[in-house]
Amino acid sequence: MERSPLFCRRAGTGTGFLELTFFLQQMINGVALGSLYGLIAIGYTMVYGIIRLINFAHGDVMMMGCYFAYFGILMFSLPWGASFVAAMVLTAILGVLIDKGAYVPVRHAPRISALITAIGVSFLLENLGLVVFGGRPKGFTTPDMFAEVYEIAGLMIPALVLWTPLITLILLSGILFIIHRTKAGRAMRCISHDMETTRLMGVDVNRVISITFAVGSAAAAAGGIMWAMRYPEINPLMGIIPGLKAFVAAVLGGIGNVTGAMLGGLLLGLAEILLVALMPEIAGYRDAIAFGILIFILIFRPTGLMGSKLPE
Amino acid sequence: MILLTAEALTMRFGGLVAVNDFNLHIEKGEIVGLIGPNGAGKTTVFNMIAGYYTPSEGVIRFRDSVISGLKANRITKAGIARTFQNIRLFSELSVIENVMIGYHCRIRSSFFGATLRLPLYRREEKMMVDGAMKLLREVGLEEVARERSTSLPYGKQRRLELARALATGPQLLLLDEPAAGMNPNETQELLELILRLRTDYDLTVLLIEHDMKFVMEICERIKVLDYGTTIAEGTPHEIQNNPRVIEAYLGEVQRA
Repeated sequence: MERSPLFCRRAGTGTGFLELTFFLQQMINGVALGSLYGLIAIGYTMVYGIIRLINFAHGDVMMMGCYFAYFGILMFSLPWGASFVAAMVLTAILGVLIDKGAYVPVRHAPRISALITAIGVSFLLENLGLVVFGGRPKGFTTPDMFAEVYEIAGLMIPALVLWTPLITLILLSGILFIIHRTKAGRAMRCISHDMETTRLMGVDVNRVISITFAVGSAAAAAGGIMWAMRYPEINPLMGIIPGLKAFVAAVLGGIGNVTGAMLGGLLLGLAEILLVALMPEIAGYRDAIAFGILIFILIFRPTGLMGSKLPE
Repeated sequence: MILLTAEALTMRFGGLVAVNDFNLHIEKGEIVGLIGPNGAGKTTVFNMIAGYYTPSEGVIRFRDSVISGLKANRITKAGIARTFQNIRLFSELSVIENVMIGYHCRIRSSFFGATLRLPLYRREEKMMVDGAMKLLREVGLEEVARERSTSLPYGKQRRLELARALATGPQLLLLDEPAAGMNPNETQELLELILRLRTDYDLTVLLIEHDMKFVMEICERIKVLDYGTTIAEGTPHEIQNNPRVIEAYLGEVQRA
């Protein structure tokens, strides 16, 4: 699935300078990929933080976001900016509807029931996508602004690779602002600590959970759209792998922690890109790296890098 | 004026009857005590009034509207706030934020208003911060407003819970063992604090407490529960001399 133009190894370039540019180029590429993982991981981590549910449908929500953007541009001829914003809004609404339709009924059921429901929603979205959109991949048009390639000090950098971390940073700041500086965010932090007491403080808990789903899904849509521009085609099953890797990123960073999710995403992105760049002979194992990290972290530090330490 | 009535409340958990045919009227401005041995069903009564449980049978009315069966947040909004037997503060949040969450239901700004910092939200945020500071001053915690709630000593955590409950703007305050774990000095301070808050905030109080000296001193009326059933009701003086109460607390007197 890797088709980035940056991805060919500059074999035999010889001089140290080029080795350095090669390395820098891979670093930048890794940060861009990592931002995408991080952006998607935020949705996992926020939902988990608040209702202790691994929302396995999150990757498919991201896929829906891509299709919303695709149809916005193609069918309604929206300018790409408007189409992306509309896609984020629609995906946010989809996230809320999934919560209301699928997760609210099992809110007080054992956690395993909610988890199974999430897997069910995931399959539903994937197969609904196959039926409605068709299984054939669709080409995703990248706006000219992101398609350009800059040459900076010998580095060939596609505009998208620069924009991705920047957009991610803006969205991350917005989300952190919501969590730490608004009343909904304050309620989120309270619910993640003690849902019942929060309710007794007069907070409409379900409303706050809906907001959480909306914010997480909108972030996933943004991540998905940038993903679709990077590997410029979309299909109904495209959410599976990024979804699973973002889950790994969320666990790596410490699930429930938004900054941790971003950090986990960046580390995962860098690890993947650098490993494939430095050891192309094992490039085929790139997906295995993420899950290897997951196993490793679950064994040695199950609360993740920024998660709270477990009591002895 | 009757503020709260509970009629024939029964709460069953499977085969266990935790509370049986419980009746209660509270006049506006009263301080009423609910006492009884451990497991008598006192906290269950609180949980029903606060909306944590829906009673198996019976009706709760608050200011002429039925509140039993409503969600807890609606009941809080209607004007009933509570504290907990085991302190349940939000440990991740600062002291003042713990109080500010209580204002949540009294704010009209939407999520977007808050995110975009619209003028209404900024006014309300200021109202929240000012109000929370005022409440912290009331309970003597304004100096530690920015500290983490769990770094406070026990007695202060209790007072913080009280301030947080007040932030929801209650008319009826439910206090679950407010004096638990306090030394006699702290208990005396708490007693004065509750009496002062009642006057200043026009409160009605229903409290559960095991410290009999405290209960007898502060309550105007007391209800005694044992095994989910009301066994006595009356003024502190009447309760102290009621043989059924003495029996429930001390066990049946052995007759030789």
